[in-house]
Parts: sequence; structure tokens; C-alpha cells
Amino acid sequence: MRPAHPLLDIRGLRKSYGAAEVLKGIDLAVSPGELVFLIGPSGSGKSTLLRCCNRLEEASGGSIWFDGQEVLADRIDINALRRRMGMVFQSFNLYPHMSALGNVTLALRKVLKKPRAEAERIGMAALERVGLAHKAASYPGELSGGQQQRVAIARALALEPGLMLFDEPTSALDPELVGSVLQAMRDMRAAGMTMLVVSHEMRFAREAADRVVFMDGGVIVEQGPPEQIFGSPRHERTRTFVSEVAR
Amino acid sequence: MDRFLDSFLNAKLSAATWPAILSGLIVTIEIAALVVGTGLLLGLALALVRWRAGRWFAWPLMLFVDLFRAVPPLVLVLLVFFGLPNIGIELPSFAVLWLVLSLVLAAFAEEIVWAGLIAVKRGQREAARSTGLTETQTLLYVVLPQALRLAVAPLTNRTIAITKNTALGTVIGVPEIINQATTAVSFSGNATPLLMGAFAYLLLFIPVIGLGRLIESRFAWRRQ
Repeated sequence: MRPAHPLLDIRGLRKSYGAAEVLKGIDLAVSPGELVFLIGPSGSGKSTLLRCCNRLEEASGGSIWFDGQEVLADRIDINALRRRMGMVFQSFNLYPHMSALGNVTLALRKVLKKPRAEAERIGMAALERVGLAHKAASYPGELSGGQQQRVAIARALALEPGLMLFDEPTSALDPELVGSVLQAMRDMRAAGMTMLVVSHEMRFAREAADRVVFMDGGVIVEQGPPEQIFGSPRHERTRTFVSEVAR
Repeated sequence: MDRFLDSFLNAKLSAATWPAILSGLIVTIEIAALVVGTGLLLGLALALVRWRAGRWFAWPLMLFVDLFRAVPPLVLVLLVFFGLPNIGIELPSFAVLWLVLSLVLAAFAEEIVWAGLIAVKRGQREAARSTGLTETQTLLYVVLPQALRLAVAPLTNRTIAITKNTALGTVIGVPEIINQATTAVSFSGNATPLLMGAFAYLLLFIPVIGLGRLIESRFAWRRQ
């Protein structure tokens, strides 16, 4: 299962909160251009796994390699690394005091030190990619949930990350707004973006994922192409979960 | 009625007293401006250092903050003015008032700004850090601007309250409004100067309150 040259290579990853071990030795590799879906019941550790990748959570053990760099090393420039790993959150987390364009350009200006005009040009292009160039001057409070999430995607995309992490990007959205966010993700996939997605959008997983990883109780129970996981899962736990969520 | 008018609105006396009240108003404005500037900046700085420093800083800070919020400012003014000379430090009354009121305002302002900082949702910080912003950049560009918006209204209140406390300067002889007014009252046996003093405070505060409102509306971010 391990690809020859993975972009992201997670080995034996462990994470404990006190006595509670939420990740019990995760091995997962993601190839360039691959879209990997993480599914599993709540509390299975999928979000924690995602958040360990850019060290929003500090892992307790194991290793993570990203693009040839040891992510968990002490002396790594974590900020340089994070900018190459875009992250999209369930609750969007747009900065409410900045316009859509302001949200997208902040890191361009402060992390990449681009002059304002260039940052705005790149920012507009990123908003264009998610179909929201016309909302550049709007504030988050003036946008729908779906639009906010697409601005959040543009904010990550503007930094030209090598990998995008999605933490339940559509879970906080009204059903009629989910489509636009999924379309943005579909477009990213078509453009060759490598993506690791925690989500309950099983239909989307079936349609777009290269691989589906089922987690339960802090371990990877089973992984494979969507047809296998959804069509003929090998493990009882996978079967139960899939039959419960994918009606 | 005539006696009331004579006691509180004596025209001849007010004509004679207004230069004194005006000079008191100027002293009050000077102290207020110094106190508000120093106190707010110090309070902001303390909150920011607390944010970055952690527990070793928080404990002594709490001691200072609780002390200066709990003890009446009048007591602090008297303690510092009459106490410090005993250990060889003699400060002019103006400086004592400036120092004490600035520290009191800083104690309140630190708590208000801190409350604003911790009210900003954790996701804001995570989003900022996930784009590669450093801890300090995240604080300056993402967390603090939101915290200050929450803090404007309570900070305006504290600013008004501390400016009124400049009246405490009268007990150590700072020639501010109340000091001028009570002096004039003692000499004339008439309360008109006190009412003039009250009027001077109104003159001072209406613009301050207006400014607070303006800042609040300017700082509010657009919503649906």
C-alpha cells in the first residue's frame, strides 16, 4: 500500500491526552496528487490525525515526513512548513475584521512578505478559483456559510500549498450550500492538488476519492479504493459504519 | 427660592470664580490625558506580555491587578503621597496623582484587554497559525484587533471613571477643578463654584463620551 515517493508519510503516529490514547500508531502515506478520505465514527481520531500533520496538535510519538522534511523535528521551521500545508476548518475561522481579500492576503503579506499590490493580485486569483472574486470586498459576516468556506479555501490556496488538509469542511453548512464547497474541492483535485480530507460526505468520497481510510478507536481499521470500502468492506466494523452513514 | 439661587447660581461670584475653575479644568485635562495615555498603554502592554509569558508573569500581575482594583484610589493616593517620603522618595502631588491613577487604570485595562483576548475563538488562532503566521503576528493581526473591539466599551467606561477620580487630587493639593471650586466655596461661603465645577466636568466629558461612541461604531465590523 505504501507509495514509492509519498508526499506525506506518517509512521507509527501516537497521540495521548493524559491516560487517553487517541492515536495508537497510525501508518499512512499520501502520494502527490492523491485525494485521501478519512472516515470513521466521532472520537476515532481522524481530526487529531489531521491536526498532528501541521502540528496544531503535538504528537506523542512516531514520525511524519512531508516533502522530504521531518515534520516533528525540534529544529524545523514550523511556520515555513505550515504555509505549504493548507488547512480548512469545519467552522471556517475567517477573520471577521477583514474583508474576504484581506483574509486571503494576510499571510501573503506577513509570511511571504509580498508587497500589497502583488498580494492582492494573487489573492484575487485565489478568490477567482473558488468563484468569489466578486465578493473580495465583503466581510465574513456578509457571506453565506458556503461562501465563507470557499474564502477559507482561497486563503489556503493563495499560499500555493503542496498539500491541503480538510477538517470536516462541510459539516457546519446547510445542505444546499455544501455543493459549492465540494465543487471547489473537485476543481482543486482536477488541478492536481494533494488532499487529505476528514469528512462525512460519503457520496463525494465515492465519486472523488482515490482512497478511503476507515479509522476507529485510534487505529486504521481498513483502507482501499472507495468501491472496496463502500462496496465490499473486509472488516465488520467498517461494514457497520458504512451501512449506518451511507444509506 | 431666592436663597437657593443665591447659594448655587450667584452671578457675581461666578464671574469672579470662573478663571479659577478654568485653570482647574486645564489641570484636570492635563492629568486626565496623561493618566488615560499611560494607563491604557500600560494595561495593554501588561495584557500582551501576560499572553506571551505564561504563569510566572501571571501570578505577580494578579497581585498588582487585584490590589489596585480592590483598594480605593483615595487610599492609594494618600498612601503614596504621605508614605513615600518616609522612604526618601518625595514626589510632587501632580506626579503622585498621575502615577496612582495610571496604575489603577492599567490594572482595570489589563483585565479588560485580557478578557477580550481570551474571548477570541481558538479557531482564529489556529487558522492564522496554519497559514504560517508566527505567534506574535497572530496576536497582532488576528487576535488583538478582535479583542480591542470587544474592549472599547468597557475601556471607555473605565476612562471616564478614572478621569473623575482626578478629583481625588484635591486632598493632596493638586489644583484641579474640585480643588479650585472648594477653595472658592471656603472663601465665599457660597456653593456656586461647586456647581460651576460640575459644569466644567460636563464640558469635559461630553466630548469624551462622544469619542467613545465614535470609536465603537468605527471599530464594529460589518455583519449581515
